[in-house]
Amino acid sequence: MPTMPLSGQYIHLFASVVLLLSFAMLAQRRIRTLIDLFALQGAALVCSTTIVAWTGDQPHLYYSAALTLLLKVIVLPLILYRLIDRLQLRWDTETGLHIPATMLIGLVLVVFAFGLAQPVSRLAGHVTQSTLGIAIAVVMLAFLMMITRRKAVTQVIGFLAMENGLFFAATSTTYGMPMVVELGIALDVLVGVLILGIFFFQIREQFDSLDLHHLERLREE
Amino acid sequence: MAEPAVLLNAALVVVAGWLAVGAAGLLRPHATALIARLLFPLGALGSIVLTAVGLAALSAPPATRILPIGLPDLPLHLRLDPLAAFFLFLLGSASTGISVFGAGYFRAGAGTSPGLLCLQYHVFLATMAMVLLADDAYAFMVAWESMALASYFLVTTQHRIGAIRGAGFLYLLLAHVGAIAILLCFGVLQGGSWQFTFDAMRGADLDATRATLAFALALLGFGAKAGLVPLHVWLPEAHPAAPSPVSALMSGVMLKTAAYGLLRVTLDLLPFPLWHWGAALLALGLFSALFGVIFAAVQTDMKRLLAYSSIENLGIVFAGSGLALLFHAERMPLPAALALAATLYHCLNHAMFKSLLFLATGSVLHATGERNLGRLGGLIRRMPWVAWTALVGTLAIAGLPPLNGFVSEWLLLQALLLTPEVPRPFMNMLVPLGASLLALTAALAAYVMVKFYGVIFLGQMREPALADAHDCGRLERLGLLWLALACVLLGLLPAPVLGLLDGVSAELLGASLVHPQASSVWKLVPLSAERASYSPLVFLLGIVALLGASALVATRVYRRRVRRAPPWDCGFPHQDARMQDTAEGFGQPIRHIFAPFFRMHRELPSPLDAVPQYRVTVEDRFWSLLYLPLARLVTRAARLVGGIQQGRIAVYLLYSFLTLLVLLVIVL
Repeated sequence: MPTMPLSGQYIHLFASVVLLLSFAMLAQRRIRTLIDLFALQGAALVCSTTIVAWTGDQPHLYYSAALTLLLKVIVLPLILYRLIDRLQLRWDTETGLHIPATMLIGLVLVVFAFGLAQPVSRLAGHVTQSTLGIAIAVVMLAFLMMITRRKAVTQVIGFLAMENGLFFAATSTTYGMPMVVELGIALDVLVGVLILGIFFFQIREQFDSLDLHHLERLREE
Repeated sequence: MAEPAVLLNAALVVVAGWLAVGAAGLLRPHATALIARLLFPLGALGSIVLTAVGLAALSAPPATRILPIGLPDLPLHLRLDPLAAFFLFLLGSASTGISVFGAGYFRAGAGTSPGLLCLQYHVFLATMAMVLLADDAYAFMVAWESMALASYFLVTTQHRIGAIRGAGFLYLLLAHVGAIAILLCFGVLQGGSWQFTFDAMRGADLDATRATLAFALALLGFGAKAGLVPLHVWLPEAHPAAPSPVSALMSGVMLKTAAYGLLRVTLDLLPFPLWHWGAALLALGLFSALFGVIFAAVQTDMKRLLAYSSIENLGIVFAGSGLALLFHAERMPLPAALALAATLYHCLNHAMFKSLLFLATGSVLHATGERNLGRLGGLIRRMPWVAWTALVGTLAIAGLPPLNGFVSEWLLLQALLLTPEVPRPFMNMLVPLGASLLALTAALAAYVMVKFYGVIFLGQMREPALADAHDCGRLERLGLLWLALACVLLGLLPAPVLGLLDGVSAELLGASLVHPQASSVWKLVPLSAERASYSPLVFLLGIVALLGASALVATRVYRRRVRRAPPWDCGFPHQDARMQDTAEGFGQPIRHIFAPFFRMHRELPSPLDAVPQYRVTVEDRFWSLLYLPLARLVTRAARLVGGIQQGRIAVYLLYSFLTLLVLLVIVL
């Protein structure tokens, strides 16, 4: 294996941390811990973005990193903590989850993601080549998490984790999106979480629970 | 003469001013007096400025400007050329009267609050101006859709009434269908360059098939907005639902933006004209005109009647533009210029008299609370201001000289009579039919207007409550007077107006109609004095002289044996309001002559009934033939698709996830 500059190795390290955290989230039943993991994933993302900014000499990525730190490591976890406190979900767990099966599907998805990333990363010529596969895998794992969960709060965390994956894909392959787009996405995510928070209260008002299977009644016959 | 760029800036200032006035309405949304006495007159001031701008820009060279508003790298391209200037003039002059009238008309009531109404109204005005100024597809579509939305909210002012929400939905639906067609039309027009400025489209390289596709899409899109048959169904629903000044604005001005769009696309953006486009437009327009006027004749709701009459008038406008296109394609610049001038003239006229009539129905509605012609009558004695100004509008729309309706229809007829010079035998055979259809439409329009005016304002009152009707207020009178005056002036001074329109035809067709030596303020000579000429002022003087002479004879010369006696009562001394001709009765001959057009349900009483009842409903055949099957088809397709709706969020997420996977596999 050819030697890699130190910064590249660090990027790989944080990329694998992000992927590992994705699996951890996929397997975690406890909502509180899930939020911790989400914050950690955000922190890993901040680190890798900062390193990409430094090595690629992309000053605007520092702003992205700062924005991520503020939003995904501090503000959103705080909002989510407040939310589960207010909803008294702090010690709630997700039931009806077959963790080994989920993990196996997750593994298949990671292989698939790396297969997808192969042709693209051959074209991309910088230090962050193989991280694209990880980014796609993170998006897919988050999606898988949303599909398997039944609680509304975990679905929101899955949605946020998916955004993490997208952001990671953007920084690792193209040195980030244009600042305008990034700001727009950040704002969207924030507003989305706020709106979903309101929905939680409404859903609980209606069904006395945040379990989503109650919503199955809502389809048109 | 002002600089063209200055004029464009002035128009933009007016647009910004309107938006500011609208926003100001939100500050105190329930302060009706403030909004009515201050904001609406301010809006009218903007309209006056816009009128002046349009007038000045008609003969100025085009001015362009790029405004860095909107998405990054997609600034708004704006352009003020004679065609846009003409329609800005139309917008300004019609909305001046409507806003002044609205200042007196809008009041607090059920439904949207006055402040919100003020916002929607002024946003509607501003977006209409932006539609006219837009010089790229993005700006045009944004303005066009904002215009549709603003007018939708205005239509559903009384949103607590279910029928009005339904009318609004129908309008929104057809507006969106039209907008999609226009969007696709621009997509075809860019011709592979992916440049969406109008300048790039003018230079785009299109073959005949693509150009015809673009034309068909434009016809569909703008036809839906203009109420061209068979896309007319929203008009008779939305116009009665909206408050009257809004109906006036929609019918008088908004429908004209569709005419503007069609002219812009066919004569400006498309690289070349084809004669069969013109023929198609002519045929569709004439059919629309006939259809509209026949349905107007059988209506019993005064605003529905006017809505159908709008379909008729827009049909005439579309027929005129079709004729212009036909001549243009055959390289006959002078006839093309004549047809275009007639089209534009008719747009302007219709904006004036239809706004006037809608406003008059608003006053009648406020005074009596009644839209049904069967419960009105005799209002000329209670509401003289409204009645006399409406009389001007009625005579104008009926196409009687010396008012404005006559001028444009006469010009269009002159243009139609030139078609024998078109070198296509088939067209030559068909066009006389078109000329006779136009004449029939004009005559039927007069018939409709006799019904409209006679049933509302003349005769005896059909309900005792009408005796309490009051005339409209000062501001409303001012608005009505403005529009009535415009009808008279446009009728009496056709030659200067045609001179103003010359800039437009010079821009679009490269031809000029004006013969300085032949035409004058006194006399209108469209092509040559041997062919035809028209002198409205002489005509007016003749009428006045004749009336004066008659009055003189009646009062001065014949001064003996004046006796007062009851008029002959047909041997039946007791006469009441129920014996008058009703709206249904007046329309009955039309209903019989043109029976195949209608879907009629009649319940006739038998001679033995103790309480005889007569009921007739007249419906549009297009509902049962076109719209209902379409609706059934959509419902069935929706059922089919509805099968995948499981109600479980996990399943929905799975759908998107699988889609994502499949797409990724395909792409990579």
